[in-house]
This record gives sequence, C-alpha cells and structure tokens, in this order.
Amino acid sequence: MAFPHRPDAPELPDFSMLKRLARDQLIYLLEQLPGKKDLFIEADLMSPLDRIANVSILKQHEVDKLYKVENKPALSSSEQLCFLVRPRIKNMRYIASLVNADKLAGRTRKYKVIFSPQKFYACEMVLEEEGIYGDVSCDEWAFSLLPLDVDLLSMELPEFFRDYFLEGDQRWINTVAQALHLLSTLYGPFPYCYGIGRCAKMSHELWRNLEEEEDGETKGRRPEIGHIFLLDRDMDFVTALCSQVVYEGLVDDTFRIKCGSVDFGPEVTSSDKSLKVLLNAEDKVFNEIRNEHFSNVFGFLSQKARNLQAQYDRRRGMDIKQMKNFVSQELKGLKQEHRLLSLHIGACESIMKKKTKQDFQELIKTEHALLEGFNIRESTNYIEEHIDRQVSPIESLRLMCLLSITENGLIPKDYRSLKTQYLQSYGPEHLLTFSNLRRAGLLTEQAPGDTLTAVESKVSKLVTDKAAGKITDAFSSLAKRSNFRAISKKLNLIPRVDGEYDLKVPRDMAYVFSGAYVPLSCRIIEQVLERRSWQGLDEVVRLLNCSELAFTDMTKEDKASSESLRLILVVFLGGCTFSEISALRFLGREKGYRFIFLTTAVTNSARLMEAMSEVKA
Amino acid sequence: MNRTKGDEEEYWNSSKFKAFTFDDEDDELSQLKESKRAVNSLRDFVDDDDDDDLERVSWSGEPVGSISWSIKETAGNSGSNHEREQLKSRNSFSYAQLPKPASTYSLSSFFRGRTRPGSFQSLSDALSDTPAKSYAPELGRPKGEYRDYSNDWSPSDTVRRLRKGKVCSLERFRSLQDKLQLLEEAVSMHDGNVITAVLIFLKRTLSKEILFRELEVRQVPLRHLIHFLKEIGDQKLLLDLFRFLDRTEELALSHYREHLNIQDPDKRKEFLKTCIGLPFSAEDSAHIQDHYTLLERQIIIEANDRHLESAGQTEIFRKHPRKASILNMPLVTTLFYSCFYHYTEAEGTFSSPVNLKKTFKIPDKQYVLTALAARAKLRAWHDVDALFTTKNWLGYTKKRAPVGFHRVVEILHKNSAPVQILQEYVNLVEDVDTKLNLATKFKCHDVVIDTYRDLKDRQQLLAYRSKVDKGSAEEEKIDAILNSSQIRWKN
Repeated sequence: MAFPHRPDAPELPDFSMLKRLARDQLIYLLEQLPGKKDLFIEADLMSPLDRIANVSILKQHEVDKLYKVENKPALSSSEQLCFLVRPRIKNMRYIASLVNADKLAGRTRKYKVIFSPQKFYACEMVLEEEGIYGDVSCDEWAFSLLPLDVDLLSMELPEFFRDYFLEGDQRWINTVAQALHLLSTLYGPFPYCYGIGRCAKMSHELWRNLEEEEDGETKGRRPEIGHIFLLDRDMDFVTALCSQVVYEGLVDDTFRIKCGSVDFGPEVTSSDKSLKVLLNAEDKVFNEIRNEHFSNVFGFLSQKARNLQAQYDRRRGMDIKQMKNFVSQELKGLKQEHRLLSLHIGACESIMKKKTKQDFQELIKTEHALLEGFNIRESTNYIEEHIDRQVSPIESLRLMCLLSITENGLIPKDYRSLKTQYLQSYGPEHLLTFSNLRRAGLLTEQAPGDTLTAVESKVSKLVTDKAAGKITDAFSSLAKRSNFRAISKKLNLIPRVDGEYDLKVPRDMAYVFSGAYVPLSCRIIEQVLERRSWQGLDEVVRLLNCSELAFTDMTKEDKASSESLRLILVVFLGGCTFSEISALRFLGREKGYRFIFLTTAVTNSARLMEAMSEVKA
Repeated sequence: MNRTKGDEEEYWNSSKFKAFTFDDEDDELSQLKESKRAVNSLRDFVDDDDDDDLERVSWSGEPVGSISWSIKETAGNSGSNHEREQLKSRNSFSYAQLPKPASTYSLSSFFRGRTRPGSFQSLSDALSDTPAKSYAPELGRPKGEYRDYSNDWSPSDTVRRLRKGKVCSLERFRSLQDKLQLLEEAVSMHDGNVITAVLIFLKRTLSKEILFRELEVRQVPLRHLIHFLKEIGDQKLLLDLFRFLDRTEELALSHYREHLNIQDPDKRKEFLKTCIGLPFSAEDSAHIQDHYTLLERQIIIEANDRHLESAGQTEIFRKHPRKASILNMPLVTTLFYSCFYHYTEAEGTFSSPVNLKKTFKIPDKQYVLTALAARAKLRAWHDVDALFTTKNWLGYTKKRAPVGFHRVVEILHKNSAPVQILQEYVNLVEDVDTKLNLATKFKCHDVVIDTYRDLKDRQQLLAYRSKVDKGSAEEEKIDAILNSSQIRWKN
C-alpha cells in the first residue's frame, strides 16, 4: 500500500513561491487603481484566485464588492470598476456594454481591465471598435502557474486544447514560453531538455528566444531541476481517452476535480449538504490511495478504519491523566483522520454505485479489446448499442474516437452507420462535432485501400512547395495517421505477462489501466530519459509523424547535483490526466526519480470530448 | 462464485489481469460497508465539536470567506450590506496551504519591467517603462529603440515589441512586400497573438481578395484568421473566405452552425430549409434534410399534443403529463415520445412510431430498443411481448430480437418489470453463463434453479439453496430436485 519513495529520492522544489508571486502581483495591480472599487471576476478565474488569495486580502486593497462576470447588467454603484478576466471577446463585449451604458447615462467612472494571464490584440481591437479604448485602462496579471499540489503545476487553461489542437491558433504559446521562462528564472536552468510535437517545438523555440533576450538571468545558477520534457497532447490521445481506474483519476471522472478540489454531494457526505474538499498531498488518507488501482482502495480504507477504531478504543482503559493527554494530543489528529476516512469511503461507495449502474465492467472490457486490437467487430457492435440506447453522448463519442485512433480510422461503412445513429440518438447538430473531431484527427474514416499510402508519399514530397498548400491541407488528415498498433508493438504497450497481474504490487506503469496498457505518453518519457536522447527511437518518432519535431537540447552544466538530475519536469501541452500522473509517480518510485508536472490543465476523456463538441450541454 | 466461470474466465485469463469487477456486490462493497459502519460508529464520540478543524462551509458548499462564496453573496443581496460583508470577511480563510502574507520577494524587483502601465494613451505613457528594466527584454538594442517612435523598427523588431504587448504602430508597413514580411516574421516567432495582431492590420489595409490570395499559401496565418473571424463573429467575411478557398464543405457547415443561435422553432425551420441546398458531402446532405424534416414534424406534433394535453380529454396525457416540449429533441427521443404517447396510431399520422421509422429509415435494432423502453416504462407488458413475437410459416410463435436478450432484460429491469416478465426473457438468453448471471442478479430463482438442474450441477444448486429464503417455495423446489433420483448429477 502507498509505496514510499526511495530513500535517495530527491526533494521537490518549493513551489509555494509561485502563489506568493501571483498574489503580490495582483495586489500591485489593484493598487494601481487607488481607492474603493468593485471587482468583477470571470467565473473561470474564481477557483484559481481562491487558491492564492481570499476576500480579506482583496478588502485590504480596497475592493468593496465582488461580482461575477456574467451577461447581466451590473448593479454596482462604485465609482471605480475593475474587471479580472480571461482575454476573451465576449468579456470585452460585456465590458463595452457596461461602459457604453454609463456613457449614455452621462455617468463617469474609472474602469480597469486586468487580463490574466495576458491580453490579446483581438481583445483590444474589440475595445477600440466599441469606442471605449482609452476609457478603460488595461493591465496584465501574468498568473499562469498555479501549484495545485507539491508536484503539480497547472496553467488552468483548458481552452488551450481546443484553440491549438482544433483551431490551430498559437495564441497560448507565448504564455507557455513565459511560464517556462519564469520557472527557469526561479528554479533553472534545466541542463537537459527534450520535446516532441509541433507545439512543444514552437514553445521551446520561443522560450529560448526569451532567455537569449534576457540573457544573464540564469547564468551561474545551480540547476534545481535536471530535466524538462515537453510533450504535445496529440502525441497520445489514446491514454487520455481511456476510462480511469486509479483512485484520483476515477474521482476526477466521476465527480470532476476542479482546480484541485472536488464537490462531494450529499450522496458522499451522507448528510444534507455538499462539501468542497481539497484533494492533495495534505490529505493524509487521500495521499495514500490517490495512485492506487481502485480495487486496492477498499482494503486500504477498511484497514484504516480498523486502526482508527483501535486507537479510539484505547481510551477505554485510561485514567484521567492519560485521557487528558489523549484529548489534548491525539484526538484532533484522529478526528481529522476520521473525517477524511468517512469522506473517501463515501466517495468509493458512490463510485461503486454509479459504475455498477452503467455496466462499467463491460465498458472496460471493450476498451481493453480496442487497446489490444482483438474482436473489433464485437467492440463496434457494443459502441453501436451504446449509441442506440442513448447511454451518454460523451461516452459514445469517446468510444468512437478510441476505436478510430487505435484502428487508424473507422472503415467507411462503420463510420457512416455510427455517425448516422449518433445523430439520430443525440441530435443532428452534432454534425458539427463530427466535423471538429475529423479536423483534430480524433475520429476519421479509413482511406480505402493501401494505394493511398503511395499517393500520400507523393503528396508529402509536394508539400514543401508553398503553392501546394491547398493540397497539404486536403491531405493533412491522411498525413496524421495515428499508427497506434505499430507504436504499441514497438514500445511494448500491451504487457504480455504470465499469470495474473497483481494490482496490489504493480510491476509496471500498466497498473493504472488494470495491467492492460502502458500509457503511451509515459512510455515515451521513460524511454527518452533512459537514453537521455531520442537515439534509437527513430522508428517510433516516425510513426508519431514527428520526424522533424522531436528534439533534445543539452546545455553543458557541470554544477548540476546528482540529486537535481533525478528531478524531471514534464510539460503536457494540451492537458494531462491523473492516470498519467500516477503512472509517472510510479516510474519515479521505481527509478529513484521524482516527476514534477506542468500542464495547461488537468484533463480527462470527458473534457476532451466536450472541448470538441459544438453543442453545449 | 459463478461469474468467474466460462466466458469471463477465458477473457480474464487471456488478458492476464486480475478479475476485479465493479459490479461485484459481494466482496468489496460489503467490505466497504463494514468500514463505513466502523467509522460511523465513532461519530457519537467525534461529532461533538467538529467545527474547530473543519472548513467553515456555507449552504452552497463553498468555504466561507472564499472568493467564490463571497461573489454568490453579492449576487444574493444586490443591495449594499456592508457590515455583513465585513463581518464575513473576518472569518478565517480556511485552505490550509495558504502561504503567509509577508512576501520575501519585493514587488519592485519582480514586476517593474513586466507590468505595463495603463492603456497607452500617449507616447510618454508608452515610454515610461524604460527606467525599470530588470526584466525588460530589449537590452540588445539599447538606445535606438526609442529614438523614432513609429518609423524605425524592422519587421523583426516590430513583432518582438508586439510580443511584449507594447504599443507599436504598424502603419509604416504600406507596401505589400513589407506587410508580408511582417507576417512572415510573426509566423516565425510562433506567437499566435502577434500573428493575429498583424492579421488585424492586414485585414484593415488590404482588399479581401489580396488578403485571401496571400493567405491561401500560408496555412498558419490562414488558420489564425479563420479562428479570429469565428471568434468575433464576422460570419460574412468567413463565408467569403471559404468561398474563395473553395472549401465548400466548411462553407456549408459554417452556415449551418448559425441555426444554433435561432431560438424560435419556425424561424429555425425556415433557416434549415436554406441549408438543404448547400454543398455538403452527399452523406451530410441527407442528415441536413432529415434535420429539417424532423423539426417540421416536431412542430406539428408539439402543436397537436399541447392542444390535446390542455383539453384534458386524453387519458395518456392526463396520466403522464409531458415533462418538456418535444421541439429540437433528437430523433430517438422523438421516437420514444411517439412510442409513449402515440403507439397505436395508424401509419398515416405524422406522430405514429411506424411513420417515423419509415421516414427516417430507423434501423430495426434502434426501433425495437426505443419502443421497448417506452412500453416498459408504461408497464405495457403486452406490447413488449408483441415486439418480440414472430410467427413462422407453420403458425408457431417464437420470440426473436434484433438485439441480445440480455439487453432486453436489462431494459425491463431498469423499468422495474415484475419477476414473471423478467424471468421469461432471462430464459431466452442463449449464453448459459450470461443467463445465470442475470437470473442471479435479478433474483429469477426459477431460472437459476432450472439451469443448474439442466447442468446437473449439484454443488451450485446446494450453494444457491443457502441464498434463497428459508421455507420459501424456491427452497422446496431445490429440495425436490436434490432429492430426485431421476437426475444423474455430475458432481
């Protein structure tokens, strides 16, 4: 249970400094608007803000009332309005409507817009068009790294995924580069840098440019983190599409962990109210079960419950003095543990109930069959029935995508029939969703026959020519074959083991998927770290369509301690899942490394599918 | 346990992992329940003054004093309730990891170079960030930069300034060549925000034909322009662009997307009509046509049924009032609705299930699943029966289904069908293990007992005896079988 780290495992750097920095910068910005003011906060920024500041800090800096940015007229009577928003067009329109309404009413106030993490020119353009440029002052709050846990930093930018991987918009690359730059200023430099994927490559280049421009910042400092690894989400969609079965992932899939905390409803708390619970290493019970396969969690919790019972029982034979000691020293800890234990038991119960109801067993069986590539017909039928019974639009979509990526696209007949039934079950407007999924390469149709691979190679020669841009685009979906089966074979992703896979004593990272599959993303990272380069992985890189997009960047660094060389920062561009985090934590324990995760947002299959969906639930 | 047998065992063995099952109520859940009992039994002792180490949480579940909570408060009392607010803000913030307020980092050292003042209303504003440059990146070009505000910068310096969010006039890039060079620089820097900034400038200063022509061979900025136009909602220019690029499918989809913004059903229907002729793929054209036809039907059905319901004369609407309008629902939902409210209607009416099935070529499988769910919900077991009954040429009836009978059983169970009905369908499940599983799960004792008898499995039968109620008819039946001398047990 809850494997300890090896004694020689390196210490993690202290990331709480990032919170202090973000808070201080916010205070600085608020002080730029002296006097009493009302603060309008975008809904998506509320939880991140809650993690670094609180109401009394805002009040200290003369924030009077707080409002949520929503499409309603503001009732504020303050003379100064401050808006804390993501750089989005609709926010600009909202602010413009407020300001213009004031102007019409002949009212003058001061307005300030604070963009987080940065402003976009498109936003300023809207302010200009709406005639309020100059009436509002703009600032940036470069709050792009939120430590959600001791080893997890999130940029809290779920829209990164859709913006880049669907729309091809590179607007967040600068934000990523700035964040990396900040990290290397505080904890850097990083002696070893690896990456794979187009976005990784571009982010790396821009980051390096920043460092050059401000050269001297990190010179002569001892590196705290030895390696940094940048990885695009589209290198591995498969892992992100699988149902999660480690506890933390399962809690995320079931209750949605938001910004490091989860709302447990009455069914979990066994009372009439919901409870917002922070899930991180501070929660001692959670910390011991978060990386465990769900099947181990029960045993652990009942053991804990028995221990707790025993500790309480000790008070029976106590005299007054001992009792006094017990109450003053141990009781508080026990009570805390008791509270956590009952919460997680409640959560497990609720998960079991939900999973039993939705036939989780059959679902997992289908997923494993898809991963291993057997009984494709049967799996297709299963998905079809799933759709016909209107089980869940997101789940159905996820299974179709999993089928598509593992099989290099659906055969045209299946694609048509599944799509038709999907539209009939969940609504014709999902036509737009299918178009999105096809563009992102998540759900495609197989090209008929192998003849096209020849065409493909011809076309790929053409594409260097700019005039052939149109052709490139038309064929881009062909160029992005997932090749999952070949990669899986090459990297041994489906463990062939004799006997039973003992989930209590995992032997490899596959335990996060019940021993059926080693997450591809984590395997790539493992392989590169072992070699400290991409050497010998040419074939894999080619199959990932990344022949020019895999890179290594080593700086000569003699001062790196052996401890720092066992610290690895993994950057997931487009989101990472808790299963991947658990798998790498496991790898770290095995090898004496420690991983630090930086992600644009924590994601899971449902979030990926929702990002592609055109129809808002 | 019988579940580890046969099929499933084969699967688990072949894939070599532990057969942990999520629907296994016997083991883990009972273990869990036990732990829960243990923990709950401690409550009396513990619950007395829980408050001290618990988060203070308001009714909505937000920690009191948190920002999200406070905003809800403002929303709740839109007036100004100062004292209350202040009182609340004194409540301690409860997240444990909040670092101490005192910062070891001085503000000035950290952001002076990075924070840009206000909105750049004047030139002096824009330049006032020069003195504090601990973080300002233009060390490479010390003086020249500020000499001439608008005319001096090369394209590469310009995009670099843009990346830093500085005000920067692009007006001097007037020749097409200069504009394109600026764009190339932006692209090679990879910052999408800067690419878009340049595109905004190009869009304003180039005719759209020239802009489109140049972007056609530049995929990266082209994607940025398309996304930008989508975001600001410049639908007209977007459609022009797709037309120019000859991307007919995207053009059609983009037009079709607009229907989502039309709330009025009749207007939406009319709009969908305009989509029918658009250059979709052959397959999608059929879907669009269906979308239009579906909404057309729904409008008719809705008007009719609303009338029927309010008139109060129709039994089905009185017994089961409609929970929502059928407008804009998916086809399958519409079919369910029509199986629920209009099951017996003749094929000629728009609302009859058969008519829907024909019009939209609904596959048998989907039709049967939906009809089954609807009729089972109404507990119309006779209809359920009829759904699966077929006659062969000799006039014998036989039960058949386009889906596995195990699905049928599940749907019936979900709609709480009585055991007699369930039993009948469990018996039709072909695979013996699945049958046993379902029968056990849904307590169809007769099926379980008969199956073990047919399997001549004395041991399992004995085991099952302990699961049925003492002195029940089932127990008697098992005893009778066990005592029978007719059966040659295999164990």
